[in-house]
Amino acid sequence: MRRGAPGNPKDALFERTTAVFAFGVLFLAVLLFALLVRESLPSIRKFGAAFLVTGTWDPVAESFGALPFLYGTVVSSFIALLIAVPLAVGSAIFINEFAPEWLKAPVGFLAELLAAVPSVIYGLWGIFVLVPVLRDYLMKPVADHLGWIPFFRGPVYGPSMLAAGMLLSIMIIPFILSVSREVLATVPRIQKEAVLSLGGTHWEMIRIVIGQHCIPGIFGATVLGLGRALGETMAVTMVIGNRPDILLSIFQPGHSMAGAIANEFTEATGELYLSALVEIGLVLFLLTFVVNLAAKGILKTMVSRASRGI
Amino acid sequence: MDNALQVKDLCAWFGEHQVLKNITMDIRRNSVTSVMGPSGCGKSTFIRCLNRMHDLTPGFRVSGEVFFDGRNIYTDRIDPVLLRRKVGMVFQQPNPFPRMSVFENVAVGLKFNGKKRSRSEMADVVEKSLRMAALWDELSDHLDRPGTSLSGGQQQRLCIARALAVEPEILLMDEPCSALDPTSSARIEDLIEDLSDKYTIVVVTHNMQQAGRISDSVAFFLLGELIEMDTAAKIFTNPADKRTEEYITGRFG
Ligand SMILES: Nc1ncnc2c1ncn2[C@@H]1O[C@H](COP(=O)(O)OP(=O)(O)OP(=O)(O)O)[C@@H](O)[C@H]1O
Ligand SMILES: [Mg+2]
Repeated sequence: MRRGAPGNPKDALFERTTAVFAFGVLFLAVLLFALLVRESLPSIRKFGAAFLVTGTWDPVAESFGALPFLYGTVVSSFIALLIAVPLAVGSAIFINEFAPEWLKAPVGFLAELLAAVPSVIYGLWGIFVLVPVLRDYLMKPVADHLGWIPFFRGPVYGPSMLAAGMLLSIMIIPFILSVSREVLATVPRIQKEAVLSLGGTHWEMIRIVIGQHCIPGIFGATVLGLGRALGETMAVTMVIGNRPDILLSIFQPGHSMAGAIANEFTEATGELYLSALVEIGLVLFLLTFVVNLAAKGILKTMVSRASRGI
Repeated sequence: MDNALQVKDLCAWFGEHQVLKNITMDIRRNSVTSVMGPSGCGKSTFIRCLNRMHDLTPGFRVSGEVFFDGRNIYTDRIDPVLLRRKVGMVFQQPNPFPRMSVFENVAVGLKFNGKKRSRSEMADVVEKSLRMAALWDELSDHLDRPGTSLSGGQQQRLCIARALAVEPEILLMDEPCSALDPTSSARIEDLIEDLSDKYTIVVVTHNMQQAGRISDSVAFFLLGELIEMDTAAKIFTNPADKRTEEYITGRFG
């Protein structure tokens, strides 16, 4: 913004209007945060920091700890990223660099369409297709043969951390795919040609330009996907099993923060129960906030390193 | 006199638009050939045909022949990747890789051919290439600086060093000085003269004085056609075609 020199009055008006909206958004976020804190005060007073590290969730005894939900959300989101990032980035490379021209537009359109499907539909598909298929063709055989590995231990029911992670990955692939495609498309042609002119193959060209130009953008796309995965409620709760336990095996059920709030809010009797649920919301709010903040920081150093050419 | 490249009846199209029309020219080994002509006449398109740089451009098509080492690069099962190792290219805008150091920028092409080289072998090639590009004295103590932190002229010489490191026989340069100040262009010019002992150089330029100073022969293009090609002295003092004369005397269109 210009300071000192008198600006065009219309510009000034425009600047002020946008400033009002910008601060309005900030104000709303602060208000939301304050509200969450106020409503969770009883729970914060009663359990303190132990709320984050205890695993009991017992409404009858009014003893609450959020760790199983925190764990479920983080682990299922992590599984989702593990599957989605390589698939999405790989597809982006294929579509942009190898696919014939006529295939590009339909695939882009399809990806956008998939991103617009309501999550409850993904959840239904998860229940009727993904969970049974995973259970019979992946989890059961693996648990039978590799069950001695703690992550793959049975018994297998179907609804599980893995199912939730996979469903989430399918939901976030369209996002990461389309952002990655845009990032790839912004690579200056002259940089690609530099690799080719040195006798690089098509693959070497892709590898070099991604390393030189695309890592920050793909990282940004990943965080975008992570943000969506952390907050996803409906689809996850339909396939994760909704058991507030911390189990190492990804074939076992778990729970999620968003799912806990959605499932238990209507039946939460008693001030402390309700307040504990709100505090889970507060934790989720802070978690996404911290993830985005950290991502911004990392992105900033990456971009400034890139602009300094390191 | 033997030829590094022989072009016969080369035509090129972007979609329906014909950009090159029946270009026939011989490019002598270890000579400097300048390509001149008004903007849009197909100079860049032409030199990019010589190392098959258009391969990835959708809708691009060529007919005719380009012989390199006795083989037609468009038909005789030539691997374009191997061809480009022999026919290097320097672009109008300096384009070092932004996240690589000076050293890595020069060495990057060495890693492409799959041959494993020791660090000291690489260092030798990097030094030799930087020396040829007249950058060694300035940068020998700054090899770990990012390539993009150099001045524009240094970046362009870095790109020349990078191209030389893979040991091409031919160097194609598309207006290598147009983004540079006069001092930097003069250095690139000197460099071209030095390199012409060992390399065949084809350079696109809009600068007639420069073309006069550095070239053994000059090709004049107009609207996708090669109007004439001769020694620099002949083209600039006594061109055979009236259109060439009009262009060099500035009376053109
Ligand atoms: N990728 C492309 N797709 C379609 N047409 C193109 C493409 N590149 C060049 N052309 C067309 O081919 C013609 C010749 O372009 P070219 O870049 O070879 O000209 P030039 O002689 O190098 O011009 P300049 O001196 O401005 O660099 C122009 O009409 C241009 O519009
Ligand atoms: Mg050009």
